[in-house]
Amino acid sequence: MSRRTGSMGDILALLSLRGWAIVVFAFIFAPIVSMAAFSFNADRFPSLPWAGFSLTWYEQVFADPMIRRGLVNSLVVALAVAPLSTAIGFLAAYVDYRFQFFGKRLYMALASLPPTVPVVIMGVAMLTFQGRIGLSGTLFGIIAAHVVISAPFAMVLIRMRLADLGTDIEAAAWNLGAGPWATLREVVIPFCAPAILASIFITAAVSFDEFMIAWFISGQNETLPVRVLALLQGQVSPRINAIGTLVFTTSMLLVILAQALTFRSKAGRR
Amino acid sequence: MSKTHASYRADKRRFAVLIGAPSLIWQLVFFLLPLLFLVMMTFWSVRNFRLQPDFTLANWKMILNAGFFQSAYLYTFAISIFAAAVAAVAAFPVAYLISFRLAPAAQRMLIGLLVIPFFTSLPVRVYSMQIFFSPSGLINSVLAGLGLSPVTVLNTPVGALVGYLTLTIPLVILLQIFALNGVDRQLVEAAYNLRCGKFKTVISIIIPSARVGLVVSFALAFVFAFGDYISPQFLGGSNPPTLSILMADQVKSGNHWPRASVVAMTMIFTLMAMMGILLKFAYGRSAK
Repeated sequence: MSRRTGSMGDILALLSLRGWAIVVFAFIFAPIVSMAAFSFNADRFPSLPWAGFSLTWYEQVFADPMIRRGLVNSLVVALAVAPLSTAIGFLAAYVDYRFQFFGKRLYMALASLPPTVPVVIMGVAMLTFQGRIGLSGTLFGIIAAHVVISAPFAMVLIRMRLADLGTDIEAAAWNLGAGPWATLREVVIPFCAPAILASIFITAAVSFDEFMIAWFISGQNETLPVRVLALLQGQVSPRINAIGTLVFTTSMLLVILAQALTFRSKAGRR
Repeated sequence: MSKTHASYRADKRRFAVLIGAPSLIWQLVFFLLPLLFLVMMTFWSVRNFRLQPDFTLANWKMILNAGFFQSAYLYTFAISIFAAAVAAVAAFPVAYLISFRLAPAAQRMLIGLLVIPFFTSLPVRVYSMQIFFSPSGLINSVLAGLGLSPVTVLNTPVGALVGYLTLTIPLVILLQIFALNGVDRQLVEAAYNLRCGKFKTVISIIIPSARVGLVVSFALAFVFAFGDYISPQFLGGSNPPTLSILMADQVKSGNHWPRASVVAMTMIFTLMAMMGILLKFAYGRSAK
């Protein structure tokens, strides 16, 4: 490769590649940067020049009872979804790791496919079904739906960790007289602990950010992202930026925690 | 106190059933059942604004024959294919640069950056795009500064396209990077040693050997755009409406769930057919 890197055409090609990459990254990150920047802008209308630093929009966000209620609902839902979907995802991952049985492919398809169905369809399906059994408009209805789409993420994360657990380790525990439950509790779960914690954070972030299904089924019990949709349908409001920045910070903290945990477990394995 | 062989096996089976049950039950009750209910709902009728269990093909006939549905279907299909193609073509040079031309540290950092959009609310990013492209927004200010005439993007298909790209480009770049990282580097080295130019190597070595991953990234971009409601509604101004907008309208204001269910079914069939065709294309030709 080194023989050719010197040529003029190659340098030009590399430069234009880098230039295009900068354009694409600007397209991806400009909305995020603008969200954070304008959330602290004193001016009501998001235009340059900058009108000065202000926390007005954050104060308005916290003063708005509907937004506060949305935040509380979102937190309650995420706090329930994270352990539930992680437990369900863990068990599904363990089934895949441990058992062979007739219909396993169907079982695993059911455990992993939900995120591939467009959320607008999931929303309508959940609404009609939950409306029928009296769940729509309840927080449990939202939790049930969010567990459906979050559990597969937990399953994949934990399955990757289980791939590193040698099959002989469990066998050794059984030979030493431990039953399957004791082995699960004393060997498998401690081994998966970093992945389990990571998926608790990731599933919380997925639920906290989900707006489409919740928009259909939440009814009076709006979550925070549903409130954002309602604000979007109104006029220009920098409060959207303030909420977006708060949600972004929360989600990123969760993701970084999850990352740190998986990274540490990888380092510890060596 | 040693257990008999039979009771030991019964214990094992009970263990397996108890471990396997939660995921199965939850996804059956809260995922598969709602979807099956949606299928059933397409045959129900609405009388005096109330749902009635029924077996009628009226909803199917009504929707499939309606001009507004047919034009929305064609529009949604066409713009989703177009958006996925633009995303794939725009993303490829970036993925190639990251996978082949950057040091591992820079590669890891950029991949980390590309994960961020997944955890940033799409409605809020779309709101930022609304501001950029508003009549007196950043883009038009820059154009005016350059002495160019302003552009109208909001409430047009181009606006919807901007939203689809916002949604899909990070995903497409990431998937393309994974696809390109799987390309055999020795093959690429061999091409260079045989004096195959960089550009020609990309076309005749790298793209063919990463084909499966590249097609999958295109397919997922199509799936995401096809089902998206936020971009066509808030950037496209539902002008013209997409299938997702038709569905939301039928449910939210029209209160006609059976018709919305029919639209949902046509979307599911389309997505399944597209995935089938694209995966066949991805895997099929390699077996020469």
